[in-house]
Amino acid sequence: MSTTLTPDAPGVSETTRKPMSKSKPAPRATAESMASKQRDISVSEFFAKNRHLLGFDNPRKALLTTVKEAVDNSLDACEEAGILPDITIVIEDLQPDRPASAKSSRYRVTVVDNGPGIVRKQVENVFGRLLFGSKFHRLKMSRGQQGIGISAAGMYGLITTGKPMVIHTKPKASQQAHHIELAMNTKTNRAEVTVDDETDDFPPRRFRSLTPGTRELAASSQFLADTDYPTGTSVSIDLEGKYQKGRGSVDEFLELTAIANPHARITFVPPTRESAADEDDVPLLRKNKDRELAEDDTSPPAEAAPPTPAVTTETGGVILFPRAVSDLPPETKEIQPHPRGIELGILLQMMKEAQSERDTYTLYNFLQDKFSRVSSASASSFCQAIGATARTKIADLDHAQSEKLFKALQDSKLPPPPTDCLAPIGVRQLLAGMLKGVRAEFYAASSREPDVYRGRPFQIEAAIAFGGELAGDEPARVIRFANRVPLLYQQSACSSFKAVTETNWRNYDLQHPRGGVPIGPLVIMIHMASVWVPFTSESKEAIADYDEIRKEMKLALQECGRKLGTYLKKRAKMRREGERRDVFQKYIGEIAKACNAISGVDAEELYAALLEQAKRKTAVADLELDEDGKAIKDKGADDADEEGVIILESAASRTGVDAHDSDAPPVGKLSRAEAAALKVHAMRGDDEPTLIDVKQPDRLTQKGTSSKARASKSPSKSPVPAAAPKPAADASAKAPSKPKMVLVNGKLVPKDQSPGLF
Amino acid sequence: MARKPAPKPAATGTKPVGKLPDRDVKTIGKLVGLSDMVAKRSMSGKDPLIQIPLRTKSNTNWNKKKGILEMGDATADRPLFDLKTAKQFMQTMLHASTIKDLIEEGKTSSLRGVFYKAKHTVAGTKENTFDTQDESDPILEDLEVSLGALREELHIFAENRGTLVGNITLVDKGDEINARRMGSGGWGIPSIVEPDVIRFGKCEAKFVLHVEKGTVWNRFNEDRFWEKHNCILTHGAGQPPRGCRRLLQRLNQELKLPIICVLDCDPWGHYIYSVIKQGSISLAFESSRLAIPEAKFLGIRAKDYDECDLGDAVKIDLTENDIKRANEIAAYPWFAENRHWRKEIELLLKNGFKMEVEAMINKGISYVTEEYVPERLKAKDWLE
Repeated sequence: MSTTLTPDAPGVSETTRKPMSKSKPAPRATAESMASKQRDISVSEFFAKNRHLLGFDNPRKALLTTVKEAVDNSLDACEEAGILPDITIVIEDLQPDRPASAKSSRYRVTVVDNGPGIVRKQVENVFGRLLFGSKFHRLKMSRGQQGIGISAAGMYGLITTGKPMVIHTKPKASQQAHHIELAMNTKTNRAEVTVDDETDDFPPRRFRSLTPGTRELAASSQFLADTDYPTGTSVSIDLEGKYQKGRGSVDEFLELTAIANPHARITFVPPTRESAADEDDVPLLRKNKDRELAEDDTSPPAEAAPPTPAVTTETGGVILFPRAVSDLPPETKEIQPHPRGIELGILLQMMKEAQSERDTYTLYNFLQDKFSRVSSASASSFCQAIGATARTKIADLDHAQSEKLFKALQDSKLPPPPTDCLAPIGVRQLLAGMLKGVRAEFYAASSREPDVYRGRPFQIEAAIAFGGELAGDEPARVIRFANRVPLLYQQSACSSFKAVTETNWRNYDLQHPRGGVPIGPLVIMIHMASVWVPFTSESKEAIADYDEIRKEMKLALQECGRKLGTYLKKRAKMRREGERRDVFQKYIGEIAKACNAISGVDAEELYAALLEQAKRKTAVADLELDEDGKAIKDKGADDADEEGVIILESAASRTGVDAHDSDAPPVGKLSRAEAAALKVHAMRGDDEPTLIDVKQPDRLTQKGTSSKARASKSPSKSPVPAAAPKPAADASAKAPSKPKMVLVNGKLVPKDQSPGLF
Repeated sequence: MARKPAPKPAATGTKPVGKLPDRDVKTIGKLVGLSDMVAKRSMSGKDPLIQIPLRTKSNTNWNKKKGILEMGDATADRPLFDLKTAKQFMQTMLHASTIKDLIEEGKTSSLRGVFYKAKHTVAGTKENTFDTQDESDPILEDLEVSLGALREELHIFAENRGTLVGNITLVDKGDEINARRMGSGGWGIPSIVEPDVIRFGKCEAKFVLHVEKGTVWNRFNEDRFWEKHNCILTHGAGQPPRGCRRLLQRLNQELKLPIICVLDCDPWGHYIYSVIKQGSISLAFESSRLAIPEAKFLGIRAKDYDECDLGDAVKIDLTENDIKRANEIAAYPWFAENRHWRKEIELLLKNGFKMEVEAMINKGISYVTEEYVPERLKAKDWLE
């Protein structure tokens, strides 16, 4: 593939050069001749040549990175503006007639969001320049950091197809949308606009009739409906790419994004066909079941005010990741750097900047203004420490004093940085996300207290899912997130992966080969939230391995692991007791008969007495059976230790015991599954005291309380009122019954209905 | 629940025991006591368990004065509600029931017969109450010790094993057996040889020569050794069974015949001698009925390789297992306290090889019967 600009790129502007020095029959080069070739390198040029640094190494990854950058930007923009994100991703195959063997194809990626839009004069900067953005110069938690992403995607598209980026953006609901087409000039790092007009076509209407699936959804106002996108932005990029499902695919990215962002509604229209595979790929996560399911699902949700069930659905090839919670993540604050962990160079730079702000800036004020957690008392103690006074100006400090100051800052005992800059996903949301995407029997999540690395606050969260339908003897799957963005590549370079391998899973009754991930039906999720996530490269694929970070990760994993270990031990005990009872029951009949034959004792009576004893001896098996469902509910309220755990009915834990317990009807299963859902509801609010007001309350209202009556009855398929009439008791809870999982015949349904993750 | 024990409404259990011999009435009383104990504990909510005296080395005491092994007082609990013992508990009760039937019907049965009588599938499962006789036999021994009843009191017998020939007349259940006219096969020693079954008639023999196994016995019988030396010739097919040991003890105690053993020169031969002399660990509870503290060990001795000028062909290298066993035996107090035996085992280990009685044939077919044993007898060269 050519890396040079194609001809229809906008003209290259001249760059000024130094005049050539006189040529001499001279050695190979002189300082002058070399100087003639020395010139500025534009950032864009640099990255055009080093595109792998940005995640465009190969066509498949390029497609993923493009989607990822656009989606990240959309989510960030929506959240900053306090809008519940509604994002539609469309990938069109522009060469549908290509030979079947073609390894790559030309695609058009379009991402439409309902964000705040972009004012006209910033469009070129946002999309047409590398390293332009609102996120680099602040310490605030967001998905994007540098302002490279979307422009780089546009640049990649331009390089591979020569087509400019097409942008529709509508900052005001009452006005027309801007329609702009632009291409980046890599030499100048500036955008060249080719089309610039106003249009009513937002959200772009042509997508509604793209496929049978989109037509069907659009007919019920579920696809790019005008009302859902009063403002927003749509970006289209043509690029050479490769669409193929499996690990590291667009599909996986969106599924994981949906898990970490339960507040977002994501719609995905994949291309009509996959590219030819050139290697044995990991089997599809959602398997081909989807297809069949899509056909089975003949009744599309009702027309008026469709209440979206919180399970992933697929309609005619269009995948809908519904909104699972309608609370936006709490708004995060920008913070100043924390003195501890700052580097000398950065300190000097900050001093210089402060100086240029105001000549008379005193050290005393500087410390208080530019750092977090420095009180007036500590500021004056720093001044004292380096032999300065409260009135000493920064300008008057010599280098030795600066170094002294630096050292004093490092040794200081200041409170850790403020943490209102962090928006962790939260234990409840983690569990909700895992429940939705992973079909396991046991879920545990934990959220650590914020900590600091290099003066930057961060917070680690972990969750694990175990058992159920997960494959038993494979290495555990690790899913990683940074600021809610899934990380799909370079797993082994990631701090989180190292934390997983370094945690001693054997302590929790799991197999764990040395230096590897544990073996078992296990999914491990790690999330790092920080104002500045230290990635190993600009493509943001792996978290750098800071000791502080890894330590927190391990602690979070251990917390989850302990919960799992407890559960596994309990489960093993239940199973053992069940087996024991089996053995005892087998023999007591024979014993009663023998005793009767020997001494004429009443066999029935003896049998009854022995059975009574057998049951008592193996009471543990019973206890769990009868009370677990209830226990889970209770625990949610008062047992702090069991916080963040959900246990679903599993066939394994009941084998052998069920047979004898005719008293435990299938209702037990039902209430247990429901209890899990209830628990997710019940935990609401505990971990997130500040929730931003919801913009679209009509779509999904969520009430934390769900009547118990519902828990025991109404195994209704979905909360669509028309589809499943509910008992009267439910009337009050029409909206609230937002099921994390739906029950059919007493069984959990995410499995049947949603194309989940695994 | 589908499964339920289907015992008929009780009360058919006991049959009139009126005309049974006193001994049997006593045994049945013990069995009923066992059953009642289990039922009573169960009904009162206590753990049903059977206490079984331990038949292990740790519960075996060496009675130096009597020169026999005796069982100690230690018992093991066999609770029903324990995975390790639940099945054994059930099996014990089954056998108790089987034995009661045998006694009431006035029949006896072999160990194997009892195994088959109690073997069936557990109601509602595919599991057998007993899978092999190896499971069944120890349960019967458990019953013997826990009830304190002898095997014949339980109406159980083992297979005949061991053979006798010699200058004696025996009365077996009323039939006269002339052991002098047994041809080449000899008289098979039954498993129960109590006085009510076997009585001794005319006996000229002056001692009993006990050899390890049939092949050696055949050699001695063919050479008419018992005739020439006026003795009784027996073998126990390796480790002698209870019947054989009991008979030897009776010959020793009632007829005052010395018991002289010719066994292999290896740890197993030594242990056979030890069992005949002091009793065994697993049957320590019967030692007083079985042990013959006066029994003598004539050979083969470790010194014989040199003394008898045997060829290298008789040597069999000691295996690791042999050495281990020899050291174990050397540590048993009844060997350790005997200076001569200590030396014997030391020499065996020093030699590094063992010798079988048959190997003597290497020196001449009848060397052992015509030279070796007669010379040693004359010299009274034996170990005690």
